[in-house]
Amino acid sequence: MVTNATSLGRSGLFDWLVQRFSALVLLAWIAWVSIGVIAAAEFGYPQWRALFAAVPMQIFSLIAVLSLCAHAWVGVWTVTTDYLNEAHLGKAGTAIRLLTQIACLLLTLSCLIWGARIFWGSG
Amino acid sequence: MSQISISIYRYNPEQDSKPRMQSLEVEVSGDRDLMVLDVLELAKAKDPSITYRRSCREGVCGSDGMNINGVNGLACITPLSKAAGPARKLVLRPLPGLPVIRDLVVDLSQFYEQFEKIKPWLINDEPPPAIERLQSPEEREKLDGLYECILCACCTTSCPSFWWNPDKFIGPAGLLQSYRFLADSRDEATAERLAELDDPFSVFRCRGIMNCVSVCPKGLNPTRAIGKIRNMLVEQGT
Amino acid sequence: MSGFRQISFDAIIVGGGGAGMRAALQLSQSGFRTAVLSKVFPTRSHTVSAQGGITCAIASADPEDDWRWHMYDTVKGSDYIGDQDAIEYMCMEGPQTVYELEHMGLPFSRTANGRIYQRPFGGQSKNFGKGGQAARTCAAADRTGHALLHALYQGNLKNDTVFLNEWYVIDLVVNRDGAVSGVTAINIEDGEVCFVAAAAIVLATGGAGRIYASTTNALINTGDGVAMCLRAGFPAQDMEMWQFHPTGIHGAGTLVTEGCRGEGGYLINRDGERFMERYAPNAKDLAGRDVVARAMVLEVLEGRGCGEQGDHVMLKLDHLGADVLNSKLPGILELSRTFAHVDPIREPIPVVPTCHYMMGGIPTNIHGQALTRNEAGEDVAVPGLFAAGEAACVSVHGANRLGGNSLLDLVVFGRAAGKHIDELLRQGMQARQAASEDVDRALSRLRRLDTSSEGENTAALREELQSIMQLHFGVFRTGEFMREGIAKLEALKPRIENSHLADKSATFNTARIEALELENLFAVAEATAIAAEGRDESRGAHARDDFRERDDDNWLFHSLYFPEKRKIGKRVVNFRPNVVDTFQPKARTY
Repeated sequence: MVTNATSLGRSGLFDWLVQRFSALVLLAWIAWVSIGVIAAAEFGYPQWRALFAAVPMQIFSLIAVLSLCAHAWVGVWTVTTDYLNEAHLGKAGTAIRLLTQIACLLLTLSCLIWGARIFWGSG
Repeated sequence: MSQISISIYRYNPEQDSKPRMQSLEVEVSGDRDLMVLDVLELAKAKDPSITYRRSCREGVCGSDGMNINGVNGLACITPLSKAAGPARKLVLRPLPGLPVIRDLVVDLSQFYEQFEKIKPWLINDEPPPAIERLQSPEEREKLDGLYECILCACCTTSCPSFWWNPDKFIGPAGLLQSYRFLADSRDEATAERLAELDDPFSVFRCRGIMNCVSVCPKGLNPTRAIGKIRNMLVEQGT
Repeated sequence: MSGFRQISFDAIIVGGGGAGMRAALQLSQSGFRTAVLSKVFPTRSHTVSAQGGITCAIASADPEDDWRWHMYDTVKGSDYIGDQDAIEYMCMEGPQTVYELEHMGLPFSRTANGRIYQRPFGGQSKNFGKGGQAARTCAAADRTGHALLHALYQGNLKNDTVFLNEWYVIDLVVNRDGAVSGVTAINIEDGEVCFVAAAAIVLATGGAGRIYASTTNALINTGDGVAMCLRAGFPAQDMEMWQFHPTGIHGAGTLVTEGCRGEGGYLINRDGERFMERYAPNAKDLAGRDVVARAMVLEVLEGRGCGEQGDHVMLKLDHLGADVLNSKLPGILELSRTFAHVDPIREPIPVVPTCHYMMGGIPTNIHGQALTRNEAGEDVAVPGLFAAGEAACVSVHGANRLGGNSLLDLVVFGRAAGKHIDELLRQGMQARQAASEDVDRALSRLRRLDTSSEGENTAALREELQSIMQLHFGVFRTGEFMREGIAKLEALKPRIENSHLADKSATFNTARIEALELENLFAVAEATAIAAEGRDESRGAHARDDFRERDDDNWLFHSLYFPEKRKIGKRVVNFRPNVVDTFQPKARTY
């Protein structure tokens, strides 16, 4: 039996909006970085550093990483509830799904913290 | 007269440990383009143990939904020429994704349960007037493309989201009916109906695959109805 | 036979079509434990195929419309053997019944001012036949039956009716007092046999159009209820009266609604002539169905039929334009393209008169109580037994039904039966006791089949039966030819009684059901044949070449077929409406 306990917002609408909104953020971020890269007359590591040195860009990037994590979590949650269940895997289905979800959650959180360190950390 | 080869999915739980495909040759007269159901009736006259549901034989009762050469459809309105193609070979299987009771007959309980979940009846607690409730032709037009559903289950059983979560995802047929009541100017339970749909499965498991649209024998568009429900949820929920 | 389970309800309804579900709804709303036993999932019942609409005087198309005008049309349409008390009740209660359906959610088409859309249908008039064509048929596009059946199913779901879907009723359980105490039934899915007991048993099993080879009826229309009554020794009424619908698609038998002609379509022969102008100068294509069907057959017989065989006529719609056809008759476009391979927007549809409706059936009063004759020759109600819809003969259709009156009959008398049972249950009506031999008797034909070891199989026998009926008891009938048909039926009878069921498995055995249905078809066919041979006059749908005139002196009566004697008797027609004056028989012209 698949339940909703592990979904992000426990509301289908909330999850759906999160996925659409986060997708828009990611699209905007990719567009912004691409423009930064293409518009520069000369592009190398210093220019790349400079692009991310500005505080607005750092805020934007952190929001983008957050969006990526939320987007990924909703997607992963959906895929695991589609395929990792008792109908496909027998009685162990729920346990396998829960373990997979915990692993994915930890990985997502790690990525989030790592991303925050890159943009805001000492580096 | 000409020959048609049919391959029919056979399974009788009292005799068979697992399903098998049975091959049959049926003589058909050449003067009229028969429907798949006509061919099945000819086959059943030869072998009465072949089992399927049928009633109106004109595409309005929804009994004989089955998988015909890989595509869900109603046997009674699918012409042999279209289904079998130039190879003149017919492959008949039960609707996918539901337990098989016998041969081409599937257990539709889950399908009906999902239909009942959406409260498929008009809710209006105001005392009714002495005559009919008035409804403008424009308001009535919103029900076109919705009320015509015949509950044949062709759409829902072609939907991978329903295959994966048949207990939770309402499925295209149920959602089409849900929107039929949401769109009815006479229905007053819009908020309650929407509240009951706002979980991660009932509506939102629709991933826009659109198998439902491509197989609907009545030419209805459940995906569009689901989109409209989602828009109503967005309007109400934000 | 032992080992069957007994289930009990306050009331059971056999059949999940319009009449059955309307009766069930009435009882469930009152909180009685009500079960519908249906051999198909309810929305697969034949009501779903009704297209054009439900006729009643709701005064939407014409604010002056009057139920008395509707009553006049119906009495005239019945060729004066419709019971006037029942017709009065139906026409008077009709509007309220239709409003109830609308309140339940039925998606009727609408007029500009928001009321229910009504279209003209055959046999309709204003001001007792003197005011020209009326438009009285309430429609949901051309899918009214579908919309009605689904609305009723929805209403029953809301009111927690118990549905025993895909249960097939085998026979009535009649106790030694002649009262009906329940039915024997088989759960098709797993083959379990049960005795289902109730205080009230309503037969709403629909028609039996499958006794004919060419019919608009669903494959499930096998006359189960009528046959059960006949086997129990109860009479059937007006069984010779079968309506041939003028417009069945040639070759396929699929129905094309009379609404096509109501919207302005008309029939043409091979010369392109609108021939109905000759047969019915006033009503033309909207004359009674019996009149139109006969005219079509005459055109064909006189060499003016269409097609290579000259065996059909054409229904012309293209002049109505794509917009009207798309909005008012979308289902007809679909059916014509599928079954006739023609697009009515551009070309006419090939049509032939096709068996459509059984006007006869189980005689009932307006409360749905099934009637039989006592030894003194008086009508008496069978305790516990009710009937409604096409299976019943109340009789509102007499010798010919008007289009749009069948859906009205279903809901008005389904509701009336429900109301009456409600009242009886409140007064303490109990299920009648049955002895185990009574149940046993109602299982005998199942037992015979299940132990059969040789005999012919169902499909071939059924086909033979259907072709006998088609040939000998069609639109035009003659005594000698009918007697030949009766002899053929007699020869067929033992072969059907000894048919063989090869596959005896329990799970979803449709071969077993079809074998049981075949016996029912035969019982109805036999009653039809004997009643048709016995009525030596022409009236309504019963047209005899050897007795071309209506004979009011001898036959202003219902025929009553008694199964044990295999003979017909007469039953008086009711000419005593409660509110209006009696409509006296007149010559019937359109």
